[in-house]
Amino acid sequence: MAARDMMPAFELLQPATVEDALALLKRRDKDGWVLAGGMDSLDWFKDRIKRPKAVVELGRIGALRGIRARGADLEIGAMTTLTEVERDATLRERYGLLAQAARRVATPQIRNRGTLGGNVCQDARCWYYRAGLPCYRAGGNTCYADTPTAINREHCLFEADRCVAVSPSDTAPALIALDARFVVRHAGGEKEVPAEEFFIGPKTDITRMTILQPGDLLTAIRLPAAWANAKSYFEKAADRNAWDFPLVNVAAAMKIEGGTIRQARIAVGGVAPRPLRLKAVEESLLGEQPGKEAAEVAAKAAVWGARPLNHNQYKIPLLANLVKRAVRSMA
Amino acid sequence: MDASKGRSRSSHGLSRRAFIQGVIAAGAAVSSVNYLFRGNALGQGAGRGVAERLLTLTVNGQQRRVDVLDQETLLMTLRYKLGLTGTKIGCDRGECGNCTVLIDDVPVYACSTLTRIVHDAPITTIEGLAAPGGRLHPVQQAFVEELGPQCGFCTPGQIISAVGLLKVNRKPTRAEIAEALAGNVCRCGAYDHYLNAVQRATELI
Repeated sequence: MAARDMMPAFELLQPATVEDALALLKRRDKDGWVLAGGMDSLDWFKDRIKRPKAVVELGRIGALRGIRARGADLEIGAMTTLTEVERDATLRERYGLLAQAARRVATPQIRNRGTLGGNVCQDARCWYYRAGLPCYRAGGNTCYADTPTAINREHCLFEADRCVAVSPSDTAPALIALDARFVVRHAGGEKEVPAEEFFIGPKTDITRMTILQPGDLLTAIRLPAAWANAKSYFEKAADRNAWDFPLVNVAAAMKIEGGTIRQARIAVGGVAPRPLRLKAVEESLLGEQPGKEAAEVAAKAAVWGARPLNHNQYKIPLLANLVKRAVRSMA
Repeated sequence: MDASKGRSRSSHGLSRRAFIQGVIAAGAAVSSVNYLFRGNALGQGAGRGVAERLLTLTVNGQQRRVDVLDQETLLMTLRYKLGLTGTKIGCDRGECGNCTVLIDDVPVYACSTLTRIVHDAPITTIEGLAAPGGRLHPVQQAFVEELGPQCGFCTPGQIISAVGLLKVNRKPTRAEIAEALAGNVCRCGAYDHYLNAVQRATELI
């Protein structure tokens, strides 16, 4: 451990406004790194796999923190901690799905520093990639996780494209299910994108997990009034109750009238390089009653086309069962 | 804890703790601890001069002036610059909980927090819990009475997490205590003792 006692030197920059942060990121370009809670970033630095020269820390920017009404919608600053998301009274009441998901992240200490923005911008979870091996994602020309002898129990079922790592976020599926909008600031202005479009797979760009380009900042996440107080379900299957990333997680939000599902949004994590919205499942549920029968059909639709690796076949029944439970819970 | 009264003296008549604290006290005020923070010698110097690197931290109610590098974690500052070795280094990756301290009364991992980011908030370590006369904090007292620790390495972190919980929830249920201590690994598996101890502490406070 001695060699890793100290991180390599970097310059810590602590801007007070979003504008200053954007200007700093622009000036430092490829040398720069955006630091939110630091729960993921510092490990990269300690392992000397990412070595930025300038770290732009967002903690001094008050505008990025807090949960506030925005018209009928609710806006969460990207630097709001996961503990704040978990405990906020309005959020718990109107968007309990997100509060539940936030509560299942890692440990209390990590949630106390870790932020919602950081949670959705986490890099891929693959120990080959994180060990610094020159895999596709790291700019090389091989995947160490997709070989006959590789340990790939935690890797993906869907959308593999050279890389088989998964999206590790617990809050991302909840945000997709709630039809959240992500606010991205860049030097040229601001744009708002639907949650499911914020995340990208390796087919789109193997070096990134989100649409954020160098110099971009995720500043807030907006939850629409349309999905407030919807019936919802969240479950995370993991090896341990604390710390662990999901093997599979599921987030569902539905609107049910007279015992019939009128609208449904369902998303899962841990099974693809990006959090996956299960549109086929959603469509199978419309007009159905949320019972055992609909659950069986939904579960089949959820795993259709899954392509397991050597050691992750178990994720297929796990995914099917979680989706089944989500549907049955709506009854 | 008064190190000079420590029971674990080495054959040279000086306890390990007293020796480490002595070395730190002698060196910290002047500069970084050079063997760990080799700064400029390796061309790793931070962009600031020494004067700009001086910070005033509020640790356990005391103002401490300390020379802090940009990339320095709070864990390093506490242990190697301020001599507060009660906060343990376990994994240095936010995966064990041994380095838990309170920042603004909230438990966080000192290994995963940069000192410069939190320097203006009050910091409480295990050394800051007992009253000035040496009277133990109720949580510490309860850990003693319930034989909480086995090997004791994770105990400072467990106690800090419990203190953090009791600051926001005076009468937690056993399930709430378990959730609050979920970020602290105990490799001896003394979890039940810890839960008993925190429940006892709620009666002592």
